[in-house]
Amino acid sequence: MIQGIVRTGASTLHVIGQLGLAVVMLLRALACAPNAKFLRLVTAQVYFLGVLSLPIILVAGLFIGMVLGLQGYNVLVGYSAEQSLGTMVALALLRELGPVVTALLFAGRAGSALTAEVGLMKSTEQLASMEMMAVDPLKRIIAPRFWGGVIAMPLLAFLFSMIAIWGGSLVGVDWKGIDSGGFWAVMQASVNVYEDIFFGFLKSLIFALVICWIALFNGFYCQPSSLGISQATTKTVVNSSLLVLALDFVLTIFMYG
Amino acid sequence: MSEKKLHFFVGCFVLSACAALLLLVLKVAGFNLTGQSDTYQLVAKFDNIGGLKPRSPVKVGGVVVGRVESIDLETETYTPIVTLSMFKKYGYYPETSSAAILTAGLLGEQFIGLRAGFIDEDIVMLEQGDEIEDTKSALVLEDLIGQFLYSIQDKE
Repeated sequence: MIQGIVRTGASTLHVIGQLGLAVVMLLRALACAPNAKFLRLVTAQVYFLGVLSLPIILVAGLFIGMVLGLQGYNVLVGYSAEQSLGTMVALALLRELGPVVTALLFAGRAGSALTAEVGLMKSTEQLASMEMMAVDPLKRIIAPRFWGGVIAMPLLAFLFSMIAIWGGSLVGVDWKGIDSGGFWAVMQASVNVYEDIFFGFLKSLIFALVICWIALFNGFYCQPSSLGISQATTKTVVNSSLLVLALDFVLTIFMYG
Repeated sequence: MSEKKLHFFVGCFVLSACAALLLLVLKVAGFNLTGQSDTYQLVAKFDNIGGLKPRSPVKVGGVVVGRVESIDLETETYTPIVTLSMFKKYGYYPETSSAAILTAGLLGEQFIGLRAGFIDEDIVMLEQGDEIEDTKSALVLEDLIGQFLYSIQDKE
């Protein structure tokens, strides 16, 4: 009984301590003035996190768009409302699937890589030796990776939505023969720049912050061993995926509820 | 990899993402860049606007010649008042023109159908801020069904 209370208290303190560490890490990493050297580091990270994620994002987007188009068509054609397919595909992608699926793929492709990279740096004491050389690893390692991920993810989400809508039109217009004028015109009549595109962008930006933060925190504070790295990587993917899905619901309530 | 190549790829990535955003805004959301200067405003009063919304199209013979800018209620007479923003490139309409709220298809979205009236010597063209006098309200399906049932009862 007493044992249980002690354990609950200890784990609560542990969680609060971790949250505090994460906030302090982020604030210390972000509190630095950008200079040319820093921008070069960020560019390199945009390459590793953004450009190298393109294949998985684009292929996944194309197939998700095509599946949405096909399933939507099969339902809508029963009401002879297949012209509304464009609206359905575009709204589903811009509001939900674009940001969320991109975030999940990004967590799996880039978040895990960030954690493993930083964790291995810690295990091999590269971070400690940087500190010995009076180089702050938070500013040299963490900050560029954070900014690189935050810049890359919304851009990936735009590309995802665009190619998925194209995939939807490929199935709807080119295969199933919906009139292309109707497909695009009905879509244009119901998609709103502010409510759909901007809110989708906002979602992907928030997801990017969450994923990069979790990934870097787990890497930076992992147990310096091979087991520790593997646990940290798993934790990054699981935690950030769950948090993205839960946050998406909360954000949707505020934006469209 | 050399720094130049890396910068090239990142540049391509950012530019293609910007292009995707531009495509989304222009092609998917149908955002047009025509400014305020290319339109003029007309006003029309309807008894019932049905499901008309701001940004609904105004059509002449099926061609979109403007959009609904705002919908308001005139508090003295309790009639809805609709402001239309008309594209200047299609010119002006005579004051004998009539506006009706129509529905695209059976259950589609509603739009304003404008029918240009005749032009005579003493007929002036509608200018910025003028009112279209001759209007027809939206057909409300429930009202129609109600009238239909009522007329059947009368016959019996």
